Amino acid sequence: MPANERTIHPAWLRITHWLNAIAVVLLVTSGWRIYNATEFMGFGIPRSITLGGWLAGALQWHFAAMWLLFANGILYLLINAFTGRLKRQFFPIRPRELVSELGAALRGKLAHDDLRHYNSVQKLAYVFVMFDSVVLVLSGLVLWKSVQFPLLRELLGGYEGARRIHFFAMAGLCAFFVVHVVMVVLVPRTLIAMLRGR
Amino acid sequence: MTKRFLQRDIVIPGEGAAMLADAIERIAQPSRRDFLKRSLTLGGLTLLTGCATDDQDSIEAALMRISRFNDRVQGWLFDPTRLAPTYPESMMTDPFPFNAYYSEDEVRDIDGDAWRLELSGLMADRRPWSLAQLRALPQQSQVTRHICVEGWSAIGKWGGVQFSHFLRLVGADLSAKYVGFKCGDDYFTSIDMATALHPQTIMALTYNDQPLPPRYGFPMKLRMPTKLGYKNPKHIHAIFVTNTYPGGYWEDQGYNWFGGS
Repeated sequence: MPANERTIHPAWLRITHWLNAIAVVLLVTSGWRIYNATEFMGFGIPRSITLGGWLAGALQWHFAAMWLLFANGILYLLINAFTGRLKRQFFPIRPRELVSELGAALRGKLAHDDLRHYNSVQKLAYVFVMFDSVVLVLSGLVLWKSVQFPLLRELLGGYEGARRIHFFAMAGLCAFFVVHVVMVVLVPRTLIAMLRGR
Repeated sequence: MTKRFLQRDIVIPGEGAAMLADAIERIAQPSRRDFLKRSLTLGGLTLLTGCATDDQDSIEAALMRISRFNDRVQGWLFDPTRLAPTYPESMMTDPFPFNAYYSEDEVRDIDGDAWRLELSGLMADRRPWSLAQLRALPQQSQVTRHICVEGWSAIGKWGGVQFSHFLRLVGADLSAKYVGFKCGDDYFTSIDMATALHPQTIMALTYNDQPLPPRYGFPMKLRMPTKLGYKNPKHIHAIFVTNTYPGGYWEDQGYNWFGGS
């Protein structure tokens, strides 16, 4: 598939990555504002880092940005699957490699010689965030349209179950985001690669 | 909705000027005055920057357009035969939460004997109805989940007249787009005809088998388990059928109009 040997990330990947980043930031910050309307986990998110101004504004942002996440996510997954990249880049994830590479990563000794190939920790993290995003979209769908999707609603533990799943999936996404950004800071070449492809 | 969620705070540094200009414009609109009192803070004034008002307005306009687009998507997703889940009475939330745009000590006291339900718009028989007349119609009850736009939900039992039965009885134009409601607490809202005709949409006269108490909307509220709480108006005294978009108290301020699940 790769025409240029030096290409690390093809253009479609870079575009969908940055569109996804925009969608995630809008959704998470507006979602925090929506969460603050009830604070059902017992704590509030500082208002200064939320988006929307008030509940109605946050809902408008959330229900606008969801289309970007959804459409861009579908596009990303489809291209990934049909080009064979999904299978090539993310699988297999071998438990033994995962353990040794996780150990190396925690000691700061994990090598990043070739950015075209992901190590097992990266593979797991990226597959996790794909899965987590799908869970976010599906649980969000139940919260938005709980009556129209009865099977999905029951699978996710009803409206209240879906609400908690949506929250924890958000927390998982935020955890990924933090590690992801820390890794980019530690290996800045990855940012350049995601911007210009090489 | 409770008051504490109405505060419009500064979110992104630099939005201050745009928001202030926007806010001044809104003072002209009576429905906005109340929350403006609580939103124009010193913090908002100190965040004044050179940010253009036009940007803020165009973003708000774009978000509003997407919200109206979402109304159409929701109308398209809405299956008129799909029922909201029902629950055993043992699962009822007790006490069922009070919620309105005002606090519980401001609940209106409405005289049930003097009350009349006024009808207008696209319907054949616009004679007003008394509470006794409505109670004489066939009644049904439901134990369903009320979902608030704030995120919380609670299960309650409502009883009353199936709205589709009533609309047919008065010869309403069932091909019209909207049904609007005016309420004794100065609230107003409107719904799509498909939801008005949904089998679980009822003109609720009782809560937990007792006449609807004032805090839950005496003498009548519209109960729709397929819609969020703010779409379920209380203390209704007028119903109208129309093809002109009627909006609503919260909807005009930015809450999604369809507001349904």
